[in-house]
Amino acid sequence: MSRVIGIIFSSAGYDRAAQGVTGAGRRLADALGLPLQMVVVGGGGGDLAGSLAAVADAVTVLTVTGVADYQPEQTLAALTDLCRGEGAQAVLLGNDTWSQELAPRLAHRLGGSAAGDGVELVIADGRLRVSRSVYGGKAMATIELLRDPAVVWIRARAFDPATAREVPAPIESLEAAPTGEPATFIIERKSEVTGEARLEDAQVIVSGGRGLGGPEPFTDLQDLAGLLGGQTAASRAACDSGWCPPSWQVGQTGRKVAPGLYLAVAIRGASQHLAGISEAKTIAAINNDPDALIFKHCRFGIVEDYRKVLPLLRERLAAMRKE
Amino acid sequence: MIAADIISKRTVTSTASATAQKQKIKVNIVVCLKQILDPEIPSRDFRVDSEKMEAQRGGASLVTNIFCENALETALQFREKFGGRITALIFAPAGGEDSLRKALAMKADAAVHVINDGAAHPDPLAVARVLAAAVRRLGNIDLVMVGRESGDWGVGQTGGLMAEELGIPSVSFVDRLEKQERGLLLHRQTDQGWENVEAQTPLVVTITNDDQNLPRIPKTRDIMLSSRQPIIRWSLEDLAADDAGIDVAEIRAGGGYYRVVDLAIPTKEIVCEMVAGETLEERVDQLADRIMSVVRSL
Repeated sequence: MSRVIGIIFSSAGYDRAAQGVTGAGRRLADALGLPLQMVVVGGGGGDLAGSLAAVADAVTVLTVTGVADYQPEQTLAALTDLCRGEGAQAVLLGNDTWSQELAPRLAHRLGGSAAGDGVELVIADGRLRVSRSVYGGKAMATIELLRDPAVVWIRARAFDPATAREVPAPIESLEAAPTGEPATFIIERKSEVTGEARLEDAQVIVSGGRGLGGPEPFTDLQDLAGLLGGQTAASRAACDSGWCPPSWQVGQTGRKVAPGLYLAVAIRGASQHLAGISEAKTIAAINNDPDALIFKHCRFGIVEDYRKVLPLLRERLAAMRKE
Repeated sequence: MIAADIISKRTVTSTASATAQKQKIKVNIVVCLKQILDPEIPSRDFRVDSEKMEAQRGGASLVTNIFCENALETALQFREKFGGRITALIFAPAGGEDSLRKALAMKADAAVHVINDGAAHPDPLAVARVLAAAVRRLGNIDLVMVGRESGDWGVGQTGGLMAEELGIPSVSFVDRLEKQERGLLLHRQTDQGWENVEAQTPLVVTITNDDQNLPRIPKTRDIMLSSRQPIIRWSLEDLAADDAGIDVAEIRAGGGYYRVVDLAIPTKEIVCEMVAGETLEERVDQLADRIMSVVRSL
């Protein structure tokens, strides 16, 4: 009856994060010799459930009567009942807002232990060990969870997707009754995503920092990102200065991104910021300070005032695109 | 007002008198603080102690975690608008008093120090149990505010676990909050943008940063005054005396939730290739070529 449960919030679809959670879940389930049950929260994800059924042993679409997609207290209660009923040995979630909000509370209700931001999961002596970056990315720690079940939210994009099974899993729908009176209620929601995709899914990110000196240059960064088919982001300093929305913030305290190319413009490279880009494949920088810490993490870069570089770079990239 | 909101539903029948009562009673806020190794120390000065499983102190100073200061700032702004009383709370060794003094200088109304004389980094459940017990001991708390995560271990569980220990709801990643007719209106950040959340007290919120809640710099006069203000000090035994949830021996040992089995600095050598060229144009052309070759390989 015991199993590994992966939880996906349906609004995100079967994106890179959902693939990572499922892939990590598959490997953990195999290591433990247990089935993998994927749970879609909020229903509505027709092809999300279908995609999960191709790689999991069971799929449950979980809704709460009267809740469109997510309400913290209601969703938490429904997930607790489900995990308890299925005898969850381990529960995996992504590192989106809702997963991070619920994971510790879910662990507590199940009498288990939680750890977050995991980039590697191993079983040692029957206990789950989670590796994660700490001290703003300056060190890596391995944490052993001492209580069952283990509830872990992972840096989903750091994990490979699962491969398809021969026979797709059955998809089951479960409608939970709401519990008591909701004590919190999301009444309004606004999306400020910079383009089609979420920052976490972007292949190219052009990011600006304190050195930009004001909100105006972000328009140039957006142009540049547009030329490269990418998205725009920012450092904490730029967001705190109100030059761009907080949802653009990349770093330990913002989004953790994993693009193929991260172009840092006028970003010094505080460890706080670097912690958010450790999964980027290639980092490049434009900075007028040759000693800027960002260069220690770059494959290539240019030491120059961004004001001089950006117009020329945009012109050159636009020409190359036409070629 | 807010605590009274809940009580008034059961005990007060007259709406008029309930409203009158609402206006008189203050929101009772606890802001939890954590003291951490200054996260701004450069990587080259950073060392870990792989025996104790913690960073070496070296010459670095201890500071209040930034999100805790964002939480305090948010609380102070709330009090300026809607009234209320703010108690700063810390579970830390003796040196944690510095964070409380700074909170008092920023104009928190009171400070409580639960002395940690055990493991340097108790696990998140041990910390949440201690803080929750202190909140219960203070009594009549409407709102518990904590930072979303710390700048050292970045665990991000204190708020959620405290909510469970206290048996009350919680909302994460809040950057602004207001009092409304009934309860609170919370503005919080999400992956895609933001959400507005209505909530009743008692409540736990975790606070994240935005351009509105940068911690204020205390005035020199207030810093001087803060050094003479009283701080309530409780030992773990004090908390355990009237709280069955506190297992002093387990907390001193670091807790039974998780343990750190390895801590190391990753070795990663990357050499940055600076684009070459006689003129700026040539160098930017090089840069564009490098960028395009990466983009095309994706």
